[in-house]
Amino acid sequence: MKVGFPYLSLITFLPLAGALAVLLLPKTQERAMKVAAIVASSLSLLFAVKVWLAFTPGAMCFEEDWLWIGALNVRYHLGVDGLSVAMVLLTAIITPLAMLAHWNLKEKVKLFFALFLLLQTGMFGVFTALNFFHWFIYWELGLIPMFFLIKIWGHENRTYASFKFFVYTLAGSIGMLVAFGFLYLKTGTLDFIELRQLAATKPLVEGALGTWLFWAVLVGFAIKVPIWPFHTWLPDAHTQAPTGGSMVLAAILLKMGVYGFLRVVLPIFPAQVAAYVDVLLLLALASIVLGAFAALAQTDFKRLVAYSSVNHMGYAMLGIFASVAAAGPEMFNEKAAALNGAVLQMFNHGISSAALFFMVGVLYERTHTRALAEYGGLRKIMPIYAGVLGISMFSSLGLPGLNGFVGEFLIFKGAFPVVTKTAVVATTGLVVTAIFLLQMMQKVCFGSLNEKWRGLPDMSGRELFIGAVLMFFMFWIGIFPAPLLDAANDAVMALVKLF
Amino acid sequence: MNELVKQQWLIPALPLLAAAVQSLLPRKARKLSAGICLVAMGASCLLALRAFIGTLGHHETERAVWNFVWFDYGTTQLQLGFILDPLTAAMAAMVAFVGFWIFVNATGYMSEDENFTRFFCFMSLFAAAMLGLVVANNLLLLFICWELVGLCSYLLIGFWYFKPSAAAAMKKAFITTRIGDIGFFLGLLLLYWQAGTLNLYDNGNGALEQADKLAVVPGWFGASIATTIAVLLFFGAMGKSAQFPLHVWLPDAMEGPTPVSALIHAATMVAAGVFMVGRMFALFAADASGLALNLVMWVGCFTALFSATIAVAQFDIKRMLAYSTCSQLGFMMMALGAGGLAAGQFHLLAHAFFKALLFLGSGCVIIGTHHEQDMRRMGGLKKYMPITFWCYLIGMLALAGVPPFAGFFSKDEVLLATFQRSKLAWGLATFAAFLTAFYMTRQMFMVFAGKWRGHHEPHEVRWNMWLPIAVLSVFAVGLGFFGGKYGHYLGVHEEAHHGKYLVMGLSVAVGAAGILLGWLLYGRRTMAHADEPDPLAAKLGALFTCLNRKWYVDEFYDATLIRATMALGELWRAFDKLVIDGLLHGVAWLAWGVSQVVRWVGDEFVINGGFDAGCESVRLSGREFAKLQDGRIQSYLRVLCLGVVVLLAIWYLK
Repeated sequence: MKVGFPYLSLITFLPLAGALAVLLLPKTQERAMKVAAIVASSLSLLFAVKVWLAFTPGAMCFEEDWLWIGALNVRYHLGVDGLSVAMVLLTAIITPLAMLAHWNLKEKVKLFFALFLLLQTGMFGVFTALNFFHWFIYWELGLIPMFFLIKIWGHENRTYASFKFFVYTLAGSIGMLVAFGFLYLKTGTLDFIELRQLAATKPLVEGALGTWLFWAVLVGFAIKVPIWPFHTWLPDAHTQAPTGGSMVLAAILLKMGVYGFLRVVLPIFPAQVAAYVDVLLLLALASIVLGAFAALAQTDFKRLVAYSSVNHMGYAMLGIFASVAAAGPEMFNEKAAALNGAVLQMFNHGISSAALFFMVGVLYERTHTRALAEYGGLRKIMPIYAGVLGISMFSSLGLPGLNGFVGEFLIFKGAFPVVTKTAVVATTGLVVTAIFLLQMMQKVCFGSLNEKWRGLPDMSGRELFIGAVLMFFMFWIGIFPAPLLDAANDAVMALVKLF
Repeated sequence: MNELVKQQWLIPALPLLAAAVQSLLPRKARKLSAGICLVAMGASCLLALRAFIGTLGHHETERAVWNFVWFDYGTTQLQLGFILDPLTAAMAAMVAFVGFWIFVNATGYMSEDENFTRFFCFMSLFAAAMLGLVVANNLLLLFICWELVGLCSYLLIGFWYFKPSAAAAMKKAFITTRIGDIGFFLGLLLLYWQAGTLNLYDNGNGALEQADKLAVVPGWFGASIATTIAVLLFFGAMGKSAQFPLHVWLPDAMEGPTPVSALIHAATMVAAGVFMVGRMFALFAADASGLALNLVMWVGCFTALFSATIAVAQFDIKRMLAYSTCSQLGFMMMALGAGGLAAGQFHLLAHAFFKALLFLGSGCVIIGTHHEQDMRRMGGLKKYMPITFWCYLIGMLALAGVPPFAGFFSKDEVLLATFQRSKLAWGLATFAAFLTAFYMTRQMFMVFAGKWRGHHEPHEVRWNMWLPIAVLSVFAVGLGFFGGKYGHYLGVHEEAHHGKYLVMGLSVAVGAAGILLGWLLYGRRTMAHADEPDPLAAKLGALFTCLNRKWYVDEFYDATLIRATMALGELWRAFDKLVIDGLLHGVAWLAWGVSQVVRWVGDEFVINGGFDAGCESVRLSGREFAKLQDGRIQSYLRVLCLGVVVLLAIWYLK
């Protein structure tokens, strides 16, 4: 049993407490609800920063480990290591910003903020839980509030999108549940760390059954990431969700899938990953290239940004799969570079996709359209908006000096020697990404102004604040990525050594 | 030098700081913004000159480097670093010096623009990135700066973003160069993999210091690794330096304000490709097969000739200069490919001065004629703008290769170097030199001779616009005399040249012939009206139209590459919608059907009333939610609960 000050429980449950507070406030006190929600979430941020600063690389930190259900050998086990600590920080940063983006919300305010906080508890839980039992509860908990956020506050096609999102993800997680049931029968534990230690010596489940379980778990995560061809829920859900929902969906919920690969798939199924890595690389490549091409053909601002997520998650998956594609100590540093890059890409995409979705929302609030063809020349009347959008766009494009580049560089630096041909083909994605992002920028901000929008106001102070926080991280990581990499590197090396 | 190199970072850092400060200034702070920019650039220029002086007087090639750790990964680390050697020192001094005078000119050219402050912010950022590129001792740092100069080019081409043509041009420039940059990126990755470092020099362990080793390792497609890397890097240089077939962006880039064209698209950024090939020359020349160098030479040679033919038939004063720039960059590449490192690099420096002069001169003309760019609606400006005329004339004579102007010496070195390697390339380049003299003469007569054919009477520009071109003309005249010493300064000992006088004589002769032909066609009888047909058009007929339309390369790309890319986009969009979603919906309907059966069986036989009642109470407590649901979600939740129950049952039975 490990007991210290329960920072991680506190981080996880503060938003839940905030949700209760919001629910208890009288119906008319909408402003108080918003303040309460953001304060609760900010308190979590405070503790998350504390955890980030006190974090020591190379160890599982801030562990809490209690026997919970003795009969089932289920332990309440929390902890953060190099794979999760940045994700906790990311969740803590993005969620209050996403709520702040809805400061002017008028419909069903109480429900909205309560659900949002519940969602945050779910997300924190996923990144801190180390036992499948409660980890899975959090995993599902992330799903339900998001379903309602899309269903109630979404756009015109919200019913289809929310249903598709919910059922698809749920279907994926049922396979996962069954697979873990089998693992439990075999090993008698649901603890990720214990399972990892057991799997390091020999496969937990051999033969065809092992393969089936591997694919069941993998598909569950692949849907969440999403990896091509499991990605079609994403453009619908992201496009239809309200701004804050899209921000959190792209920035954090997708990372839960990638994180699943790092925490579950790689350590618990190393033999199977190694056996099927060629197929997986092909799927990552398809995400990168086909995702980028599909984004190129979009006419809806938000849908284009959504498809860019498919493409960007493809790079992260390329890094992960490349890091396990060569066995043994050969090219160790290359594999470590690829995986470090993937971890960094998770954080970077969190920042830049949140920024882009936020910027879409800012414009939608003013124009009530998402059609790219409707905009044009907006830089003339909204110069600040154009500047923030431009920086976010270049961050997503992977321009050196901003965050996206460092992660993508490391991924390619690692993948190129290990899986040369795949990496070479993947670079076409870099070109197509540039094309669709610049095309978006051109259609929104440049050219002659659509006279319809003559009187639109530029970004407000609140909106600029959200943009500024996100831009701060873009520059910081772009120029000085060492802190994030130092945090991740030891855990990354340990993971690479499994192969 | 070892001390000086530790301050190399300051050269790009000062303009970077200036850009950061300016980005926060309000629009109204025009004087402050320009002031900060000029002070930073001036200081940078002094530092660069000090470093340059530090490299003089060393008889053997000397270089000092200073590397530092950017971050750690795995068990290793990624370093970046700065360098001071003759190649860098001369280039940095040129960039900072020419840049400073272009900034001065821009205070005049942009004086009426409402986004004056933003302009100087972007220009400072550009100067920082360009100087960073030059002082980098690390290919990654060079690549980072390489991309950042591309960014500034994008921002400044589209500075008048409200013009749809500018909005299209900025995108085209970025994407075209990025296609080349993919090659650069792959070359960088391959070098990192094979050399284990991206530091160019590192006390014998640097990537370039391993060039001989890499030359004997087999690489891709039968070439050595060194050649493979060199060819990949050269793709990047082709994009940046607008070499055929990636040249199409440069003429469109003329949508940017003229000081931008002078700084970025004539003197510095477009020359970055040539500089990079020079910087990585050890890799290009490492292989005995000479494959990489031959590629560089022939691409350069072809571009030199191809662009010169287009320049002959242009009417826009800036576009014509843009094609001329393509062509001159081709000359530089050709010289490098022929093994003439010093010749190529010296032509780069000399060209930077006189082409910046010509562009700034054309900017003066544009301002003086109230924003006219069509040469047919100019004429007679010699009378109205005498200072501009004389400076422009010097630039023109330098570009045309008339002795004793700078271009004569540098171009002569280029042709001589090429002559050693390939007589055919030399012949083609000499013809391109003839065309250069011809099209510049054509431009001079159209713009400055005859009578004014425009609308409002033109006027001379203010001092802050003509002073920079006057300063640059001093170099356009005098720089050539140092050409002979440049190879020695760089520490390159090229073989004694044969055919020196033949090459020089022919070079002078074709220059004179070009000027003569120009005078015959455009000088003897100047254009009287703006809509008069071009005398050359009458002689060349359809060929003239073809040249005027730039050999239809853009049309060809539109019809093939761009259309194919867009079609692929449509294809995969439709694939998602029809095939993937179609399958998904099929599965969903199937699952729904199965679930109906399961539910019926489950409700009737498996789940007792208690479980249903439990569900019911959940449903009631969540009335708010329940109203919004269409019922299906609950069936799924129920399936999920069922899963948990089954799992528990298995465990108990075990």
